[in-house]
Order: sequence, then C-alpha cells, then structure tokens
Amino acid sequence: MSIPKYWREIPQRYRLEALKCKKCGKIFFPPRLICSNCKTQEFENIRLKEEGKIVTYTIIRVPPKQFNGQAPYPVAIVELDDGVRIMGQITDANPEEIEIGKKVRVVFRKIQEQGHAGIINYGYKFILK
Amino acid sequence: MREVAIIGAGLTKFGELWDKSIRDIFVEAALSAIKDAGVDHVDSIIVGNMSGGLFVEQEHIGALMADYLGQNPVPAYRVESACASGGVALMQGLREIASGLSDIVLVGGVEKMTDAEDITFALATAADQEYEVYHGITFPGFYAMIANAHMKRYGTTRKQMAMVAVKNHKNGSLNPYAQFQSEITLDTVLNSTLVADPLRLMDCSPVTDGAAALVLCSGDIARKHKNSSVKIIGSSMTTDTLALHLREDVTSLKSVNLSAKKAYKMAEITPEEVSVAEVHDCFTIAEIVIMEELGFVEKGKGGKFIEDGYTALEGKIPVNTSGGLKAKGHPVGATGVAQAVEIFFQLTGRAGKRQIKNAKIGLTQNMGGSGASSVVHIFKPY
Ligand SMILES: [Zn+2]
Repeated sequence: MSIPKYWREIPQRYRLEALKCKKCGKIFFPPRLICSNCKTQEFENIRLKEEGKIVTYTIIRVPPKQFNGQAPYPVAIVELDDGVRIMGQITDANPEEIEIGKKVRVVFRKIQEQGHAGIINYGYKFILK
Repeated sequence: MREVAIIGAGLTKFGELWDKSIRDIFVEAALSAIKDAGVDHVDSIIVGNMSGGLFVEQEHIGALMADYLGQNPVPAYRVESACASGGVALMQGLREIASGLSDIVLVGGVEKMTDAEDITFALATAADQEYEVYHGITFPGFYAMIANAHMKRYGTTRKQMAMVAVKNHKNGSLNPYAQFQSEITLDTVLNSTLVADPLRLMDCSPVTDGAAALVLCSGDIARKHKNSSVKIIGSSMTTDTLALHLREDVTSLKSVNLSAKKAYKMAEITPEEVSVAEVHDCFTIAEIVIMEELGFVEKGKGGKFIEDGYTALEGKIPVNTSGGLKAKGHPVGATGVAQAVEIFFQLTGRAGKRQIKNAKIGLTQNMGGSGASSVVHIFKPY
C-alpha cells in the first residue's frame, strides 16, 4: 500500500470521520461527493458513534497474505448507534463469545504491517461490551 | 430491438491447466464455438475477463485474443465486472447485435488463475479495498457472514448448505468438461477444513483455468440454422453497493433479485416457467440465497428448497446441471459465458448424461463480488 493512499484514509481509520447529508440526514462513511439518497452535495462533518451491535460475523481461518500469523480472527459487520454499518475485526474475544446482536465498542488498534520494513497500518477494531 | 440468438458454443476442459496459456485456452474455446456455429467470419469479439493483469500479468486481452484467433483487424475488447465479467460480455454481445451494429459476434470468457502469484489478493480486488479488505476479510469470509445471518434469521442449516455441494458434484460427475467429476458425500463437506466459519473448504468453488465461447447472431441468420439455435429473450444487469456492510439486509442479494425481475419482464415469463437454471454458486450459501432472489422459492426457504430435492437433476427445476461453479469449476471471467453454454446444450438436447427432459426455458445468473453486480439471461429454443 502506498503511503499517500494510507495517509488519505487516516481521518476515517483513526477518527471515524463521516459526512451527514444536509438535506436528508443520511450519513456516509467513508465520505462521498454526492448523497446516494437525495443527490445533494452539501454535507456536514460528523464523527460516528463508537458503540453498536454485531449484524453478522465470521472467523477467518485462511487469511490474506498480510494477515498471516494472525488467524484465526473474527471479522464482523457492526451497526453503530447512529445506524451506520462498518466492517472490522473483533479483538480480545474468544470466538465462542461472539454472537449476532451482541453489543460492541470501537477501539483503536494496529491492523496490519507492510512487510518487515514497511509502514504499520492502524485503524478501528471492536471489543465486546 | 433486433432478435438475438446463440448458434454455436465451445468450452475447454475446466481445471488446473498447467500446460496451457491464457491465449491457448481462449482460442481453443473460440475455435470450437465458431466451428459449432458454422460461420466463416465474426464482426466483433468481446472477452469477459476479470483480471488478466493480476492473474497472468497481461492486459489488452481483446486485441491479443483477436490476433491469436486469426481475426485481426475486427474490433475486440475485454469487459470486466469481477466474477460477472462473462455475463456482462454476453450482455454486451447481445447489445451489439440488437442495435444492428454487428450481425455475428464472438462472446468469450477466459481466466487463467493458476499462474497467479497471489490468487486471494487478485480475487479480493473485487471487494472494497479500503473498508473491507483492509480489515482482513476474504471472499469466503463475505459469504460466511451472509451464511451466519441467514442461519440465524431463517434457521438455514449447515446440512442444507452441504447438500448444495453434494448435488453440484453429482451433476459435475456427468459433465466431461467439469474440474471435479466425482461424487462427494455430506460427511465430506461437513468434515472438510474450516475456511471462514461456518463455511468449509467443500462449500467453496475451486481455483480454475478455463475458457468458454458463444457465437451470437441476429434472428434472421439464426433461423437459417434450424437444427440448433436458441433465442435470448431476457437480458439484464443490476448493481449494488460494493461493500457488503453498506447493504440494509445481509441475508439478501438485492442485485440478484432486481436483475431477475428485469429479465423476467423483458422475457415476459414468470419464475415458475423456468425449466433449468445455471446460477452463481461460488459458495454453497450463495445458491441457497439465489434461489430465493430468483423467485424460485419464498425468502428464507432456500435451504428447505435444496433439502426437498427441487433443484436436483430430476427435480422440478434442475439448478447447475453442469456441476455449477462448485464442481464444474470457476475460472472467474469465463463463468458467465460457460453458464450460457450449458443452457445452450440443455435447450438443444446436447447435454449428454445430464440432459433434462422437455427443457423449454433456461436461465443464467452470474454475480460479481459479494453481489455488487448481477447479470441474468433467459433463453428459449427456436
Ligand atoms: Zn441526502
């Protein structure tokens, strides 16, 4: 992953920065240039809620190359309390504890490393509440 | 719109074709389709291919294939919509003929996957790189998430998913082009290695090399081919969010539902009229959800539908008679074209040991990513 590409996503990965449509109120994470709901191009900056519940999940046993050594790890779709859905790993939990509907909280964690000498990528994960 | 028909089809054997290159397999399938059609030229060549760039480090596939097929200087280009690339190639071929811009079009699909250094990475580019793949998800992982949600809401069982694999391997055992031509048992599926809970290795379609081709032409030309031609009476594509988490309902594949409705409307048929279907069973759960989205069974009853045998070769609506992606194999860019080849064989009585009796209307459904694109075609013999 190129450094500019990583750098561009930092507001979302580190701070869950999103846009809320000024006309219809729909929230977009990541931000976009036009509202897919009402086609408005005017938004206000907001930050997503940091608590939510598990919509669905899986346990990855065969990971992509850059996650070698981390598997098995759970990945979930979470609906945050503002209604926005995001995907991320569930950390510090036993797979048996994870269930659809359980409440989670967003935490800041290391996600992956770009090889031995490359940049370290951070972002959000979830922990069970 | 002009009437569009299929007058010839060709396939390579699907599998790990270590001794053949991407151009070899494309030309093999294309020559066999052209010979089958009995045409002396084509006006245009359209190639469905997901990622020549990542799988074999070759782009500019259209011109290359036209050259090796001895067809320069006809227009030739590649179309891409991840694993739905083949379906989109067929749709594009139909549009060229329907519009009157071409009379005879070669529609091919090809993928050479086993040459790739990192197949998982190449396939993952069909998902949202920044907001899905970044977090360590894989394609089996997406469908596993769909499966978990479907099991929780509708009571779909692990055994019902395994039944899809068993059925499709049984069909594959009757298909000489299939990658896997042996039957498997429920226990084999249920005891195979976990890939992404609850999906196991035998719930997943394999890595495959292969190519498929069709010769399309206008209705006027097709009617002269009275022996074996098939009309395309419905064709549609719809899209959805690339990211699975941005969809309202993770137990549904909305694009499949919408593309099917559009195609039924165009063909002026109802789902009950379909006699045979080839659908995108990239993972066993996908076939179950697709049954619901195509309107073959009501929402939530897809698991029961396979369990009760409706989709078996001798069932009410045989699904994936070719073996499907699961057993025939899934060379991603070729799959959508190969599905139409199977329906062409079924509707013209050329499906050998897996031939359905009295097949009147056939349907293909080809999907990209975790359902961000879906292409449906409906076919009827002359
Ligand atoms: Zn809006």
